[in-house]
Amino acid sequence: MDRVAIVGASMTEFGERDAWLCDLLAQAGRECLADAGAAPADVDHLYVSNMASGEFEGQTGAPNALAHDLGAMPAYTQRVDQTSASGGAGVYAAWQSVASGASDLTLLVGGEKMTHRTTSEATDVIASLTHPVEYKHGVTLPSFAGLTARRYLHEYDAPRESLAKVAVKNHRNGLDNPHAQFRKEVDLETVMDSPIVADPLRLYDFCPITDGSAALLFCPESLADEYAPDDQYTVVSGVAGATDTHVVHERPDPTVMGGAVESSREAYEMAGRGPDDVDVAELHDMFTILEFLQSEAVGFFEQGEGWRAVEEGVTDRDGELPINTSGGLKSKGHPLGASGVAQIYELHQQLLGEAGDRQVDASVGLACNVGGFGNCVTTTIVEEA
Amino acid sequence: MHAHRCPNGHVTYPGHELCPDCGEVQTDEIDLSDRTATVVTWTTNTATPPGVRQPNSLAIVAFEIEGESVRAIGQLVEGSDVEIGDEVRPVYAEELRDPDAGIREQASQEWDGYRFEPV
Repeated sequence: MDRVAIVGASMTEFGERDAWLCDLLAQAGRECLADAGAAPADVDHLYVSNMASGEFEGQTGAPNALAHDLGAMPAYTQRVDQTSASGGAGVYAAWQSVASGASDLTLLVGGEKMTHRTTSEATDVIASLTHPVEYKHGVTLPSFAGLTARRYLHEYDAPRESLAKVAVKNHRNGLDNPHAQFRKEVDLETVMDSPIVADPLRLYDFCPITDGSAALLFCPESLADEYAPDDQYTVVSGVAGATDTHVVHERPDPTVMGGAVESSREAYEMAGRGPDDVDVAELHDMFTILEFLQSEAVGFFEQGEGWRAVEEGVTDRDGELPINTSGGLKSKGHPLGASGVAQIYELHQQLLGEAGDRQVDASVGLACNVGGFGNCVTTTIVEEA
Repeated sequence: MHAHRCPNGHVTYPGHELCPDCGEVQTDEIDLSDRTATVVTWTTNTATPPGVRQPNSLAIVAFEIEGESVRAIGQLVEGSDVEIGDEVRPVYAEELRDPDAGIREQASQEWDGYRFEPV
Protein backbone atom coordinates (compact mmCIF):
# COMPACT_ATOMS: atom_id res chain seq x y z
CA MET A 1 0.00 0.00 0.00
CA ASP A 2 1.12 3.54 -0.79
CA ARG A 3 2.20 5.24 2.43
CA VAL A 4 0.81 8.64 3.41
CA ALA A 5 3.29 11.51 3.13
CA ILE A 6 3.33 14.94 4.74
CA VAL A 7 4.53 17.33 2.05
CA GLY A 8 3.79 20.70 3.61
CA ALA A 9 3.60 22.18 7.10
CA SER A 10 3.09 25.55 8.72
CA MET A 11 2.09 27.21 11.94
CA THR A 12 1.19 30.75 12.89
CA GLU A 13 2.68 32.53 15.84
CA PHE A 14 0.97 31.21 18.98
CA GLY A 15 -0.13 33.63 21.70
CA GLU A 16 -2.53 36.54 22.02
CA ARG A 17 -3.55 37.32 18.47
CA ASP A 18 -5.84 40.05 17.13
CA ALA A 19 -7.00 37.76 14.32
CA TRP A 20 -10.17 35.70 14.74
CA LEU A 21 -10.41 31.99 14.01
CA CYS A 22 -11.10 32.08 10.27
CA ASP A 23 -8.20 34.50 9.69
CA LEU A 24 -5.83 32.31 11.73
CA LEU A 25 -6.91 29.22 9.78
CA ALA A 26 -6.49 31.04 6.49
CA GLN A 27 -2.98 32.21 7.40
CA ALA A 28 -1.80 28.72 8.35
CA GLY A 29 -3.57 27.12 5.39
CA ARG A 30 -2.08 29.52 2.86
CA GLU A 31 1.44 29.12 4.29
CA CYS A 32 1.12 25.34 4.26
CA LEU A 33 0.07 25.24 0.60
CA ALA A 34 2.92 27.61 -0.22
CA ASP A 35 5.37 25.36 1.68
CA ALA A 36 4.46 22.52 -0.70
CA GLY A 37 3.99 24.70 -3.78
CA ALA A 38 0.47 23.25 -4.07
CA ALA A 39 -2.45 24.97 -5.76
CA PRO A 40 -5.55 25.46 -3.56
CA ALA A 41 -7.78 24.09 -6.31
CA ASP A 42 -5.90 20.78 -6.17
CA VAL A 43 -7.00 20.09 -2.58
CA ASP A 44 -9.46 17.18 -2.55
CA HIS A 45 -10.26 17.11 1.16
CA LEU A 46 -10.00 19.97 3.65
CA TYR A 47 -10.29 19.26 7.39
CA VAL A 48 -10.47 21.80 10.19
CA SER A 49 -9.55 20.66 13.70
CA ASN A 50 -11.33 22.86 16.20
CA MET A 51 -12.98 22.26 19.56
CA ALA A 52 -15.28 25.16 20.23
CA SER A 53 -15.44 28.02 17.72
CA GLY A 54 -19.19 28.31 18.31
CA GLU A 55 -18.73 28.60 22.06
CA PHE A 56 -15.68 30.87 21.90
CA GLU A 57 -16.67 33.33 19.19
CA GLY A 58 -20.06 32.40 17.75
CA GLN A 59 -18.52 31.21 14.49
CA THR A 60 -19.53 27.82 13.13
CA GLY A 61 -18.97 26.31 9.68
CA ALA A 62 -15.26 27.18 9.69
CA PRO A 63 -14.23 24.49 7.14
CA ASN A 64 -16.51 25.91 4.45
CA ALA A 65 -15.31 29.44 5.24
CA LEU A 66 -11.70 28.31 4.91
CA ALA A 67 -12.30 26.52 1.59
CA HIS A 68 -13.77 29.72 0.19
CA ASP A 69 -11.03 31.97 1.62
CA LEU A 70 -8.30 29.76 0.13
CA GLY A 71 -10.06 29.08 -3.16
CA ALA A 72 -10.12 25.37 -2.43
CA MET A 73 -13.63 24.75 -3.76
CA PRO A 74 -15.05 22.26 -4.51
CA ALA A 75 -12.95 20.36 -1.94
CA TYR A 76 -14.89 18.18 0.49
CA THR A 77 -14.73 19.85 3.91
CA GLN A 78 -15.26 18.56 7.44
CA ARG A 79 -14.73 19.83 10.97
CA VAL A 80 -12.99 17.47 13.38
CA ASP A 81 -13.81 17.98 17.06
CA GLN A 82 -12.19 15.69 19.59
CA THR A 83 -11.88 18.42 22.27
CA SER A 84 -8.17 19.04 23.02
CA ALA A 85 -7.26 16.11 20.77
CA SER A 86 -9.01 17.61 17.74
CA GLY A 87 -5.63 18.13 16.06
CA GLY A 88 -4.53 14.53 16.46
CA ALA A 89 -7.97 13.35 15.38
CA GLY A 90 -7.59 15.57 12.31
CA VAL A 91 -4.26 13.91 11.51
CA TYR A 92 -5.99 10.53 11.77
CA ALA A 93 -8.86 11.73 9.52
CA ALA A 94 -6.43 13.20 6.99
CA TRP A 95 -4.43 9.98 6.96
CA GLN A 96 -7.62 7.96 6.42
CA SER A 97 -8.70 10.17 3.54
CA VAL A 98 -5.45 9.60 1.67
CA ALA A 99 -4.87 5.96 2.68
CA SER A 100 -8.39 5.03 1.54
CA GLY A 101 -7.84 6.56 -1.87
CA ALA A 102 -10.66 9.07 -1.33
CA SER A 103 -8.26 12.03 -1.57
CA ASP A 104 -4.99 12.64 -3.38
CA LEU A 105 -4.34 15.88 -1.53
CA THR A 106 -5.68 16.65 1.95
CA LEU A 107 -5.14 19.91 3.77
CA LEU A 108 -5.56 19.79 7.54
CA VAL A 109 -5.75 23.07 9.44
CA GLY A 110 -6.16 23.16 13.22
CA GLY A 111 -6.96 26.32 15.11
CA GLU A 112 -8.59 27.98 18.09
CA LYS A 113 -9.22 31.57 19.18
CA MET A 114 -9.46 31.81 22.97
CA THR A 115 -7.73 34.80 24.53
CA HIS A 116 -10.62 37.24 24.08
CA ARG A 117 -12.31 35.27 26.87
CA THR A 118 -11.32 35.50 30.54
CA THR A 119 -9.42 32.53 31.99
CA SER A 120 -12.54 31.69 33.99
CA GLU A 121 -14.77 31.64 30.89
CA ALA A 122 -12.27 29.68 28.79
CA THR A 123 -11.90 27.16 31.63
CA ASP A 124 -15.69 26.75 31.64
CA VAL A 125 -15.87 26.19 27.87
CA ILE A 126 -13.28 23.42 28.22
CA ALA A 127 -14.96 22.02 31.37
CA SER A 128 -18.20 21.67 29.39
CA LEU A 129 -16.78 18.33 28.16
CA THR A 130 -17.25 16.88 31.66
CA HIS A 131 -20.11 14.63 32.83
CA PRO A 132 -22.98 16.37 34.67
CA VAL A 133 -21.92 14.79 37.99
CA GLU A 134 -18.51 16.40 37.51
CA TYR A 135 -19.68 19.71 36.06
CA LYS A 136 -22.12 20.48 38.88
CA HIS A 137 -19.27 20.32 41.41
CA GLY A 138 -17.27 22.86 39.42
CA VAL A 139 -14.76 20.25 38.29
CA THR A 140 -12.36 21.66 35.67
CA LEU A 141 -9.50 20.13 33.70
CA PRO A 142 -6.94 21.82 35.98
CA SER A 143 -8.66 20.25 39.00
CA PHE A 144 -8.29 16.78 37.43
CA ALA A 145 -4.59 17.60 37.09
CA GLY A 146 -4.32 18.51 40.78
CA LEU A 147 -6.21 15.38 41.86
CA THR A 148 -4.06 13.13 39.68
CA ALA A 149 -0.75 14.80 40.54
CA ARG A 150 -1.38 14.33 44.27
CA ARG A 151 -2.13 10.66 43.71
CA TYR A 152 0.95 10.22 41.50
CA LEU A 153 3.32 11.85 43.99
CA HIS A 154 1.78 9.77 46.78
CA GLU A 155 1.94 6.45 44.95
CA TYR A 156 5.39 6.70 43.39
CA ASP A 157 7.22 8.77 46.02
CA ALA A 158 8.04 11.37 43.40
CA PRO A 159 9.24 14.74 44.67
CA ARG A 160 7.04 17.77 43.90
CA GLU A 161 10.10 19.35 42.25
CA SER A 162 10.09 16.69 39.51
CA LEU A 163 6.85 18.18 38.12
CA ALA A 164 8.37 21.64 38.24
CA LYS A 165 11.33 20.36 36.23
CA VAL A 166 8.98 19.53 33.33
CA ALA A 167 8.00 23.21 33.23
CA VAL A 168 11.62 24.34 33.46
CA LYS A 169 12.66 21.99 30.63
CA ASN A 170 9.81 22.90 28.30
CA HIS A 171 10.26 26.63 28.86
CA ARG A 172 13.94 26.21 28.05
CA ASN A 173 12.99 24.46 24.79
CA GLY A 174 10.40 27.12 23.94
CA LEU A 175 13.06 29.79 24.13
CA ASP A 176 14.29 28.64 20.71
CA ASN A 177 10.84 28.34 19.10
CA PRO A 178 9.97 31.52 17.17
CA HIS A 179 6.27 30.51 17.17
CA ALA A 180 6.02 29.96 20.94
CA GLN A 181 3.77 32.05 23.19
CA PHE A 182 6.35 32.18 25.99
CA ARG A 183 9.97 32.52 25.02
CA LYS A 184 11.11 32.93 28.56
CA GLU A 185 13.23 30.68 30.75
CA VAL A 186 11.90 29.93 34.23
CA ASP A 187 13.91 28.47 37.11
CA LEU A 188 12.82 25.85 39.62
CA GLU A 189 12.26 28.42 42.38
CA THR A 190 9.95 30.50 40.18
CA VAL A 191 7.79 27.44 39.45
CA MET A 192 7.79 26.25 43.06
CA ASP A 193 6.91 29.73 44.39
CA SER A 194 4.20 30.50 41.83
CA PRO A 195 0.60 30.71 43.09
CA ILE A 196 -1.35 27.51 43.75
CA VAL A 197 -3.93 26.78 41.03
CA ALA A 198 -4.95 23.19 41.85
CA ASP A 199 -3.05 22.01 44.89
CA PRO A 200 -0.33 20.61 44.64
CA LEU A 201 0.01 22.18 41.18
CA ARG A 202 0.97 25.81 40.71
CA LEU A 203 0.63 28.39 37.96
CA TYR A 204 3.71 27.21 36.05
CA ASP A 205 2.42 23.63 35.97
CA PHE A 206 -0.28 24.78 33.53
CA CYS A 207 -0.26 25.74 29.88
CA PRO A 208 -1.64 29.15 28.93
CA ILE A 209 -4.76 30.10 26.97
CA THR A 210 -3.74 30.70 23.38
CA ASP A 211 -4.78 31.77 19.89
CA GLY A 212 -3.15 30.11 16.92
CA SER A 213 -3.30 27.75 14.00
CA ALA A 214 -1.17 25.06 12.36
CA ALA A 215 -1.51 23.14 9.11
CA LEU A 216 -0.28 20.00 7.34
CA LEU A 217 -0.62 18.81 3.74
CA PHE A 218 -0.97 15.06 3.03
CA CYS A 219 -0.75 13.03 -0.19
CA PRO A 220 0.10 9.48 -1.25
CA GLU A 221 3.86 8.88 -1.09
CA SER A 222 3.86 8.12 -4.82
CA LEU A 223 2.92 11.76 -5.46
CA ALA A 224 5.18 13.30 -2.80
CA ASP A 225 7.98 14.19 -5.19
CA GLU A 226 5.66 16.63 -6.98
CA TYR A 227 5.34 18.77 -3.84
CA ALA A 228 8.47 17.93 -1.89
CA PRO A 229 11.36 16.99 -4.22
CA ASP A 230 14.56 15.35 -2.95
CA ASP A 231 12.74 13.41 -0.21
CA GLN A 232 11.91 16.61 1.68
CA TYR A 233 8.79 15.01 3.10
CA THR A 234 7.93 12.80 6.06
CA VAL A 235 5.73 9.72 6.31
CA VAL A 236 2.94 8.87 8.75
CA SER A 237 3.97 5.30 9.57
CA GLY A 238 1.53 4.76 12.43
CA VAL A 239 -1.59 6.51 13.68
CA ALA A 240 -4.36 5.41 16.03
CA GLY A 241 -6.88 6.78 18.47
CA ALA A 242 -8.60 5.43 21.58
CA THR A 243 -10.99 6.54 24.29
CA ASP A 244 -11.00 6.13 28.04
CA THR A 245 -13.90 6.72 30.45
CA HIS A 246 -15.84 9.97 30.19
CA VAL A 247 -16.20 10.09 33.97
CA VAL A 248 -12.59 10.40 35.10
CA HIS A 249 -13.01 8.98 38.63
CA GLU A 250 -14.31 5.70 37.19
CA ARG A 251 -10.83 4.71 36.00
CA PRO A 252 -9.43 1.95 38.18
CA ASP A 253 -6.05 3.71 38.45
CA PRO A 254 -6.08 7.50 37.95
CA THR A 255 -2.36 7.47 37.15
CA VAL A 256 -2.77 5.21 34.11
CA MET A 257 -3.78 6.98 30.88
CA GLY A 258 -5.61 4.13 29.14
CA GLY A 259 -6.28 5.99 25.89
CA ALA A 260 -2.56 6.65 25.46
CA VAL A 261 -1.69 3.03 26.28
CA GLU A 262 -4.15 1.73 23.69
CA SER A 263 -3.57 4.27 20.90
CA SER A 264 0.21 3.99 21.15
CA ARG A 265 0.04 0.18 21.14
CA GLU A 266 -1.92 0.30 17.88
CA ALA A 267 0.26 3.01 16.33
CA TYR A 268 3.47 1.05 17.14
CA GLU A 269 1.95 -2.09 15.64
CA MET A 270 0.99 -0.29 12.44
CA ALA A 271 4.44 1.28 12.12
CA GLY A 272 6.28 -1.91 13.06
CA ARG A 273 8.00 0.11 15.75
CA GLY A 274 8.33 0.14 19.50
CA PRO A 275 9.05 2.76 22.15
CA ASP A 276 12.80 2.17 21.80
CA ASP A 277 12.72 3.23 18.15
CA VAL A 278 11.45 6.73 18.94
CA ASP A 279 14.09 9.48 18.75
CA VAL A 280 11.98 12.53 19.61
CA ALA A 281 8.48 12.99 21.04
CA GLU A 282 5.85 15.64 21.46
CA LEU A 283 3.57 14.88 24.42
CA HIS A 284 0.44 16.76 25.45
CA ASP A 285 1.76 18.68 28.47
CA MET A 286 -1.36 20.75 29.08
CA PHE A 287 -0.32 20.16 32.71
CA THR A 288 3.15 19.03 33.83
CA ILE A 289 1.75 15.81 35.31
CA LEU A 290 0.47 14.80 31.87
CA GLU A 291 4.01 14.54 30.53
CA PHE A 292 4.79 11.88 33.16
CA LEU A 293 1.56 9.99 32.54
CA GLN A 294 1.99 9.89 28.75
CA SER A 295 5.71 9.12 28.81
CA GLU A 296 4.77 6.02 30.82
CA ALA A 297 1.60 5.17 28.87
CA VAL A 298 3.34 5.16 25.48
CA GLY A 299 6.01 2.88 26.93
CA PHE A 300 9.05 5.17 27.14
CA PHE A 301 9.35 4.49 30.86
CA GLU A 302 7.91 2.05 33.39
CA GLN A 303 4.75 2.98 35.28
CA GLY A 304 5.71 5.44 38.04
CA GLU A 305 9.20 6.05 36.61
CA GLY A 306 8.52 8.92 34.19
CA TRP A 307 9.50 11.49 36.84
CA ARG A 308 12.97 9.96 37.21
CA ALA A 309 13.66 10.45 33.50
CA VAL A 310 12.98 14.16 33.84
CA GLU A 311 15.13 14.35 36.98
CA GLU A 312 18.00 12.62 35.18
CA GLY A 313 17.80 14.81 32.07
CA VAL A 314 16.87 11.89 29.79
CA THR A 315 14.11 13.98 28.19
CA ASP A 316 16.17 17.17 27.80
CA ARG A 317 16.93 18.38 24.29
CA ASP A 318 20.42 16.91 24.54
CA GLY A 319 19.20 13.81 26.40
CA GLU A 320 18.61 10.28 25.18
CA LEU A 321 14.93 10.90 24.33
CA PRO A 322 14.11 14.60 23.89
CA ILE A 323 10.48 15.32 24.79
CA ASN A 324 8.70 18.49 23.71
CA THR A 325 11.55 20.13 21.82
CA SER A 326 8.95 22.65 20.62
CA GLY A 327 8.46 23.87 24.18
CA GLY A 328 5.32 21.75 24.46
CA LEU A 329 1.89 23.15 25.15
CA LYS A 330 3.45 24.53 28.29
CA SER A 331 5.56 27.19 26.63
CA LYS A 332 4.44 27.11 23.00
CA GLY A 333 0.79 27.58 24.06
CA HIS A 334 -2.35 25.50 23.59
CA PRO A 335 -4.86 26.73 21.01
CA LEU A 336 -6.97 23.60 21.52
CA GLY A 337 -7.68 22.47 17.95
CA ALA A 338 -4.24 23.53 16.70
CA SER A 339 -2.12 21.71 19.30
CA GLY A 340 -2.19 18.20 17.84
CA VAL A 341 -1.39 19.59 14.40
CA ALA A 342 1.45 21.72 15.77
CA GLN A 343 2.93 18.63 17.45
CA ILE A 344 3.31 17.02 14.01
CA TYR A 345 4.63 20.31 12.60
CA GLU A 346 7.47 20.11 15.15
CA LEU A 347 8.23 16.45 14.37
CA HIS A 348 8.16 17.23 10.63
CA GLN A 349 10.69 20.06 11.12
CA GLN A 350 12.89 17.85 13.31
CA LEU A 351 12.87 14.95 10.84
CA LEU A 352 13.66 17.23 7.90
CA GLY A 353 16.49 18.88 9.83
CA GLU A 354 14.76 22.26 9.75
CA ALA A 355 14.26 22.83 13.46
CA GLY A 356 17.00 25.44 13.77
CA ASP A 357 18.34 25.89 17.30
CA ARG A 358 15.94 23.19 18.50
CA GLN A 359 17.36 20.55 16.14
CA VAL A 360 18.00 17.07 17.51
CA ASP A 361 19.21 13.94 15.73
CA ALA A 362 16.03 12.05 14.83
CA SER A 363 14.54 9.80 12.19
CA VAL A 364 11.43 8.58 14.08
CA GLY A 365 9.09 10.86 16.02
CA LEU A 366 5.99 10.23 18.12
CA ALA A 367 3.19 12.59 19.09
CA CYS A 368 0.52 11.98 21.72
CA ASN A 369 -2.48 14.32 21.66
CA VAL A 370 -4.91 14.19 24.57
CA GLY A 371 -8.55 15.27 24.80
CA GLY A 372 -10.25 15.83 28.13
CA PHE A 373 -8.11 14.34 30.87
CA GLY A 374 -7.10 11.41 28.69
CA ASN A 375 -10.73 10.85 27.65
CA CYS A 376 -9.75 10.55 23.99
CA VAL A 377 -6.18 10.21 22.76
CA THR A 378 -4.40 9.89 19.44
CA THR A 379 -0.86 8.68 18.89
CA THR A 380 0.95 9.38 15.62
CA ILE A 381 4.34 8.09 14.50
CA VAL A 382 6.12 10.11 11.82
CA GLU A 383 9.31 9.04 10.06
CA GLU A 384 11.88 10.28 7.59
CA ALA A 385 11.07 9.51 3.96
CA MET B 1 -26.51 9.87 45.18
CA HIS B 2 -27.06 6.45 43.68
CA ALA B 3 -24.58 3.93 42.33
CA HIS B 4 -25.80 1.55 39.66
CA ARG B 5 -25.18 -2.20 39.49
CA CYS B 6 -25.50 -4.69 36.66
CA PRO B 7 -26.43 -8.40 37.07
CA ASN B 8 -22.70 -9.29 36.96
CA GLY B 9 -22.04 -7.21 40.07
CA HIS B 10 -20.20 -4.28 38.47
CA VAL B 11 -21.01 -1.02 40.23
CA THR B 12 -20.60 2.52 38.83
CA TYR B 13 -21.33 6.06 39.90
CA PRO B 14 -22.93 7.63 37.96
CA GLY B 15 -25.02 5.07 36.08
CA HIS B 16 -24.71 4.39 32.35
CA GLU B 17 -27.01 3.18 29.60
CA LEU B 18 -25.11 -0.13 29.63
CA CYS B 19 -22.53 -1.38 32.13
CA PRO B 20 -19.11 -0.09 30.97
CA ASP B 21 -17.49 -3.36 32.09
CA CYS B 22 -19.75 -5.96 30.48
CA GLY B 23 -22.46 -4.23 28.42
CA GLU B 24 -25.38 -5.56 30.51
CA VAL B 25 -28.23 -3.28 31.57
CA GLN B 26 -27.70 -1.86 35.04
CA THR B 27 -30.66 -3.07 37.08
CA ASP B 28 -29.95 -2.17 40.74
CA GLU B 29 -29.55 1.18 42.46
CA ILE B 30 -27.52 1.55 45.63
CA ASP B 31 -27.94 4.63 47.81
CA LEU B 32 -24.48 5.96 48.70
CA SER B 33 -25.64 8.92 50.77
CA ASP B 34 -25.80 7.05 54.11
CA ARG B 35 -22.40 5.35 53.67
CA THR B 36 -18.88 6.53 54.34
CA ALA B 37 -16.02 6.56 51.84
CA THR B 38 -12.22 6.83 51.77
CA VAL B 39 -10.37 9.74 50.19
CA VAL B 40 -8.41 8.57 47.11
CA THR B 41 -7.06 12.06 46.35
CA TRP B 42 -8.02 15.70 46.73
CA THR B 43 -7.21 19.18 45.43
CA THR B 44 -8.07 22.79 46.09
CA ASN B 45 -8.74 24.71 42.89
CA THR B 46 -8.20 28.47 43.19
CA ALA B 47 -9.08 29.42 39.58
CA THR B 48 -12.71 28.41 39.22
CA PRO B 49 -15.25 28.89 36.42
CA PRO B 50 -18.23 31.29 36.60
CA GLY B 51 -20.70 30.40 39.35
CA VAL B 52 -18.32 28.11 41.24
CA ARG B 53 -17.12 28.94 44.76
CA GLN B 54 -13.51 30.04 45.04
CA PRO B 55 -11.49 28.25 46.20
CA ASN B 56 -13.15 24.93 45.35
CA SER B 57 -11.86 21.89 47.23
CA LEU B 58 -12.65 18.57 45.59
CA ALA B 59 -12.03 14.93 46.42
CA ILE B 60 -12.28 11.60 44.65
CA VAL B 61 -13.54 9.09 47.21
CA ALA B 62 -14.06 5.33 47.20
CA PHE B 63 -17.07 3.50 48.67
CA GLU B 64 -16.79 -0.22 49.39
CA ILE B 65 -19.93 -2.12 48.39
CA GLU B 66 -19.88 -5.89 48.92
CA GLY B 67 -16.28 -6.21 47.85
CA GLU B 68 -16.63 -3.79 44.90
CA SER B 69 -15.02 -0.38 45.09
CA VAL B 70 -17.07 2.42 43.56
CA ARG B 71 -15.66 5.91 43.30
CA ALA B 72 -17.30 9.33 43.25
CA ILE B 73 -16.11 12.92 42.93
CA GLY B 74 -17.43 15.83 44.91
CA GLN B 75 -16.76 19.10 46.64
CA LEU B 76 -15.46 19.06 50.20
CA VAL B 77 -17.56 20.82 52.84
CA GLU B 78 -15.99 24.23 53.44
CA GLY B 79 -13.23 24.12 56.04
CA SER B 80 -12.69 20.36 55.72
CA ASP B 81 -9.06 19.28 55.93
CA VAL B 82 -8.53 15.84 54.49
CA GLU B 83 -5.62 13.61 53.51
CA ILE B 84 -5.46 10.53 51.30
CA GLY B 85 -6.98 7.60 53.23
CA ASP B 86 -9.26 9.70 55.49
CA GLU B 87 -12.87 8.60 56.01
CA VAL B 88 -15.57 11.02 54.80
CA ARG B 89 -19.36 11.10 54.66
CA PRO B 90 -21.71 12.75 52.11
CA VAL B 91 -23.55 15.94 53.13
CA TYR B 92 -26.45 17.14 50.99
CA ALA B 93 -26.31 20.58 49.32
CA GLU B 94 -29.21 22.07 47.35
CA GLU B 95 -27.03 23.92 44.88
CA LEU B 96 -23.37 23.09 44.29
CA ARG B 97 -22.76 25.95 41.82
CA ASP B 98 -24.85 28.75 40.33
CA PRO B 99 -26.71 27.10 37.44
CA ASP B 100 -27.19 30.45 35.69
CA ALA B 101 -23.54 31.47 35.52
CA GLY B 102 -21.84 28.71 33.50
CA ILE B 103 -21.96 27.69 29.86
CA ARG B 104 -24.12 24.59 30.38
CA GLU B 105 -27.86 24.84 29.83
CA GLN B 106 -29.50 24.96 33.27
CA ALA B 107 -32.34 22.59 32.40
CA SER B 108 -29.99 19.94 31.01
CA GLN B 109 -28.83 18.59 34.36
CA GLU B 110 -29.22 18.63 38.15
CA TRP B 111 -27.32 21.06 40.35
CA ASP B 112 -27.88 19.60 43.82
CA GLY B 113 -25.77 16.82 45.26
CA TYR B 114 -23.45 15.73 48.01
CA ARG B 115 -20.31 17.29 49.37
CA PHE B 116 -17.96 15.29 51.59
CA GLU B 117 -16.79 16.01 55.14
CA PRO B 118 -14.43 14.09 57.42
CA VAL B 119 -16.09 11.61 59.76
